[in-house]
Amino acid sequence: MDLLEYQGKQLLRRHGVPVPEGVHATSLEEATQGAADIGYPCVIKAQVLIGGRGKAGGIKVAKDADEAEQHAKAILGMDIRGLTVHELWIEEASDIAAEYYASIVFDRSARAPLVMLSTKGGMDIEEVADSDPDAIARLHVDPLLGFQDFHGRRLAFEAGVDADVVRPVGVLLAKLYDAFIAEEAMLLEVNPLIVTSEREVRALDAKVTLDDNSLFRHTDNAALRDPSAEDPQEQMAKERGLTYVKLDGDIGILGNGAGLVMSTLDVVAQAGGSPANFLDAGGGSKADAIVSAVEVILSDPKVAAVLFNIFGGITRCDEVARGLIEAFATVKPDVPFVVRLDGTNDKEGRRLLAEAELPNVHVEQTMLGAAALVVALAKDRERLTA
Amino acid sequence: MSILVGPETKLVVTGLTGREGTFHAGNNRRYGTDVVAGVTPGKGGQDVDGVPVFDTVEAAVEATGANTAMVFVPPRFAADSIFEAHDAGIELIVCITEGIPAHDMLRVYTHLRRGTARLIGPNCPGVLSPGKANVGIIPASFFSQGNVGVVSRSGTLTYQIGNELAQRGFGNSTIVGIGGDPIVGSSFIDIIGLFEQDPQTELIVMCGEIGGDEEERTADYIAANVSKPVVGYIAGFTAPPGKTMGHAGAIVSGSQGTAVAKAEALEAKGVRVGRTPTQVSEIAADVLGASAPA
Repeated sequence: MDLLEYQGKQLLRRHGVPVPEGVHATSLEEATQGAADIGYPCVIKAQVLIGGRGKAGGIKVAKDADEAEQHAKAILGMDIRGLTVHELWIEEASDIAAEYYASIVFDRSARAPLVMLSTKGGMDIEEVADSDPDAIARLHVDPLLGFQDFHGRRLAFEAGVDADVVRPVGVLLAKLYDAFIAEEAMLLEVNPLIVTSEREVRALDAKVTLDDNSLFRHTDNAALRDPSAEDPQEQMAKERGLTYVKLDGDIGILGNGAGLVMSTLDVVAQAGGSPANFLDAGGGSKADAIVSAVEVILSDPKVAAVLFNIFGGITRCDEVARGLIEAFATVKPDVPFVVRLDGTNDKEGRRLLAEAELPNVHVEQTMLGAAALVVALAKDRERLTA
Repeated sequence: MSILVGPETKLVVTGLTGREGTFHAGNNRRYGTDVVAGVTPGKGGQDVDGVPVFDTVEAAVEATGANTAMVFVPPRFAADSIFEAHDAGIELIVCITEGIPAHDMLRVYTHLRRGTARLIGPNCPGVLSPGKANVGIIPASFFSQGNVGVVSRSGTLTYQIGNELAQRGFGNSTIVGIGGDPIVGSSFIDIIGLFEQDPQTELIVMCGEIGGDEEERTADYIAANVSKPVVGYIAGFTAPPGKTMGHAGAIVSGSQGTAVAKAEALEAKGVRVGRTPTQVSEIAADVLGASAPA
């Protein structure tokens, strides 16, 4: 789960990382009041889960109340790369003497947290990594040892931060590491990490990604999830306990098992089709899960044909067939379905489907045959509706 | 021969008394796996279809000589269960549980790597040596004994590919699901190393997917260390960046972890990569040729 900047800053502050004072606002009134409380100059910042807010005009400095109102008005409701701004964060303007970069990432490849520090802050770190890799000091931390003081010193000296802030930067990294572990983060990124003219070190931005699998023991963080910001189909699927990812195409896909579903998307694309979604109905899918899944898939108006690709292990093909028959009774789909059932109880599943004589349901034996057929059916339908 | 599990396996199941644990341990037992014990704290002294239940893994090992553990407990208890099995001296721990917090796995992985125990999974279907033993949830009826070793990050995709191989007359030495999480106990490299040493295995099939850089590292390892032919498959060519595709570990991050990069890395080291599961079995047939039973 990704946090908005202000949520990330509040999380970091709980662990002692210095951040500027700020106020959250969702309306023009709250924004102008918030700016008055903070004082001027202040910074009005769009709160959306996407990079490039500054370039898009979503971050503005206001030197007085008039400017604050003007900027808040412009930014609220603004579209930033497809996302509408509903929330603002208004914070005291910082007087910047130096901009650094600090982050901790969950490095799956090294199976350890990776702490990074650079004096090239305020810019795209991937660009820095490409153009000047030596400008980033890196250190893996043994998860059973934890972050030690010398780690902070080593990173600060290696990155070449100003001599007078070596110690405070090291201390801040230690606090960042505390937050990373305590909140079970996958990513904590502070860009820029600034040094003020009073030589104070503080986090001017915060990008935080938390591990979804650990949210059960972080109920405060779990409550930060904003379902309205999610894709409606993805939200609907989540409520029903299905693993669903919306894609751009017109062929709805259902399979059992993440790997098989990914493979199904690939095979459909190779056959010239374009998948509308990833949907893993999971192991041991029962009939009601299939009905739910069909509803989610068909709630996407672009879907012109649907492919079921089931290789039954724990999942029984007869259960899937029953679910599909039930779905046809309740949802009454008007798009063609191609169903491939193989594995546990596949004969029984195919028999049930044959008996039900569902309209526009085609049973195929192989994955490749099913993919080819669903692509042809989707194209036919587009031709008819065009 | 086969790898990891076989006639010598003596299995203790943590979470045996749960619905899934009872069901799958029962299947494993009917397949011929020597299921010697279950562990559920507070239920010591009971039994599940004649399999004795103990309060701790240590007590189970002491009483039964269990050498392999299958972890079937919910995600919030799974890391603890793995630590307990390790502490009790279990050599092979197979963790089926999906949804274990990533930070738990950081500690589990780091701790276990300091000893000699081996962890398979989590978020995996387990290990099947056809005709010998099944530890996990792989539907054994689709597979027979043979000379193809399979290692995969996915469950059902493995069944799909295994089934295509079976239709061409190939059986398997061992099928190992290493799991779909960002951190798993055993890597492709670990398992392929075992297949290389296993006399029954003549061809190795590896099924990778998007996310991380294990497949790329494995390509280098194969080039330097593996004499047996390896056929690859990678799922997720159509996956958009930044989206988790079902498995917690299946995510393209920026330009990292794409299917294209993985397939190219393998092919650059001489590993043939099938573009569909069917093509994998075609390549396998081509490589093994006459050694496939009619």
